[in-house]
Amino acid sequence: MSELVHPFHRFIRPSVTHTTFCPGCGDGIVAQSILRAIDGLGMDLDDFVFVSGIGCAAWIPSPFFNADVLHTTHGRPIAFAFGIKMGLPEKKVMVVSGDGDLVAIGGNHLIQNARRNVEMVVICINNGIYGMTGGQAAPTTPMGIRTTTTPYGTVENTFNISRLVIAAGASFVACWTTFHPRQLTSSIEKAIQKKGFAFIEVFSQCPIQFGRKTGVGSAVQMMEDYKKRSISPKEAAKLSEEELRGKIVVGELVDIEKPEMLEEVKRMKNKAKGGSE
Amino acid sequence: MNEKRVLTGRYFMMGNVACAEGAIAAGCEFTAGYPITPATEIANRLAERLPQVGGGFFQMEDEISAIAAVIGASWAGRKAMTVTSGPGISLMLENIGFAVGVETPCVIVNVQRGAPTTGMPTVGVQGDMVQARRGSHGDYEIIALCPSSPQEMFDHTVIAFNYAETYRTPVFILSDAFVGHMREEVIIPEPEKIRTVYRKIPESGTDPQKIRGFLDEDVAPMPIFGKGFKAHVTSSCHDEYGKRNLIDISALDKFIRKLSNKILKHKEEITIVERDYEGAEIVLVSYGAVARAAATAASQARKEGIPVGTLRLITVWPFPGEEIEKMARKAKQVIVLENNLGQIYPYIKAEAAHFAEVSFLPPRLVGEIQDPEDILRKIREVSK
Repeated sequence: MSELVHPFHRFIRPSVTHTTFCPGCGDGIVAQSILRAIDGLGMDLDDFVFVSGIGCAAWIPSPFFNADVLHTTHGRPIAFAFGIKMGLPEKKVMVVSGDGDLVAIGGNHLIQNARRNVEMVVICINNGIYGMTGGQAAPTTPMGIRTTTTPYGTVENTFNISRLVIAAGASFVACWTTFHPRQLTSSIEKAIQKKGFAFIEVFSQCPIQFGRKTGVGSAVQMMEDYKKRSISPKEAAKLSEEELRGKIVVGELVDIEKPEMLEEVKRMKNKAKGGSE
Repeated sequence: MNEKRVLTGRYFMMGNVACAEGAIAAGCEFTAGYPITPATEIANRLAERLPQVGGGFFQMEDEISAIAAVIGASWAGRKAMTVTSGPGISLMLENIGFAVGVETPCVIVNVQRGAPTTGMPTVGVQGDMVQARRGSHGDYEIIALCPSSPQEMFDHTVIAFNYAETYRTPVFILSDAFVGHMREEVIIPEPEKIRTVYRKIPESGTDPQKIRGFLDEDVAPMPIFGKGFKAHVTSSCHDEYGKRNLIDISALDKFIRKLSNKILKHKEEITIVERDYEGAEIVLVSYGAVARAAATAASQARKEGIPVGTLRLITVWPFPGEEIEKMARKAKQVIVLENNLGQIYPYIKAEAAHFAEVSFLPPRLVGEIQDPEDILRKIREVSK
């Protein structure tokens, strides 16, 4: 009898024997969506360089993906990815990391590279908490929620990450939750093909450090909660800011054409060499 | 327009400009930085010249991203460099440790300025000497070179790239505002007379699972990206295959020691010093801009009949302790000169004090290079 092998097993680094994600974690859904998108486009992992930062989500490509992977310092994966892309413009560069990494400590690199519109895919897994360190509040933790560093409830307003990246000038922005793996996969396919900074925010459950401690519940309950709170951009347009509170606007929010930095760099080099622009 | 990589010729050139030309001559393709006095002329020159030869200077949002991008570009297979001053280094330190940990060749130029903190930007001091050695957390070794002239800003930048590529490690150029802004004759040799090195990489087609790309004291081949090596590069404790290990203390011990030994084992090849102390009883030990004053004072003293010699450290890190001992065994008095309150002095004293009297002479004002007259006075005092 032949052994039953998952169709994406070929994408997994041979030395990997087990997952480090907690039971119920949403990272597995996101990992599979990424691999499905790559497979769907008929691409190979050797077409990519993956970059991640610090935190649970950063462990999706590192070590699982059998590809070139740079696992960087906290908050800085996009800055490392910039150098990789400039050095290997023909490769697809994909950053996979969490909200704390990309938006809190690394927020400046996120908005600056969205502004530059450098071609790369950034997948930001937003679990609204610092999972790896034991459930501390993040800039994405809903106001009032009790966490290990906010035992009396968070007192800060939260980031709307997708809006932030749209405002910074990214040419592709989509937002989904782990309740929407098919839509997410389709958006990742588009993001990979996008000539520009392509950003995808994925709301993803952390049942251990978020669900259990805040009382939101199990992984399934958290995903059901995502389903309940998700609305389309069309529906969202009819609501006031107050009515939008707690809602997740899911969909492809931005998909525009604008000058991409690598193309501009190529032009600049031609100019420097005395050639035509 | 000048599409030539090496601008062979004789120039009256600023140190910072010579540094940029040295990088280009060494084959540097990617540079990133953030504007900071007194290093800006390097960035400006790179921004103008690198695109002409197919490379680029990228102005980042801060120094943290500058060094990150440099490390990324290096893993993409490019020779890469960043240029800054002390405040920029302070921001870069975490990622400099990262570069050490995952064995990334890159060059970091620190044109030192009046410090601590924002200090006095246009004044040269040697205030970041130990920061370069110990700034990032944990035990590690680093390579640092100290140029004394615009010519050496060119020459040492080439050497820094060669060391970085040979030993797969960040290499510092520890210059300062005096040397960076100094204008002197700079001779740029013919391209074929400039020795350049590129890192070893695994043979193409090697089974990725069999690539031992890390933690070899004789420097592992670098599994650069884009070649199908499927490199897993993590700065967390890992083995020679790059595989992360966060539970076994013996793996951590190996991780720390192998990285350090990779530099220390090759210390002799890395060490460059200038010895001029044959028959001297008093030896002036210095580096960088200060060495110019030391040489003037020594030659003056010799005219007065006092047997004074000099030892100039070009490689400051890894610390050339053996060179200090060799010198101290022959000397009676060792005078250490630095443009700071004594950063390398304790290291020198530790090696020399067993054999000779060791003293320290700071400049009258930190930020001034020692007046040769002051050095002479000190020489006369210790020669009594």
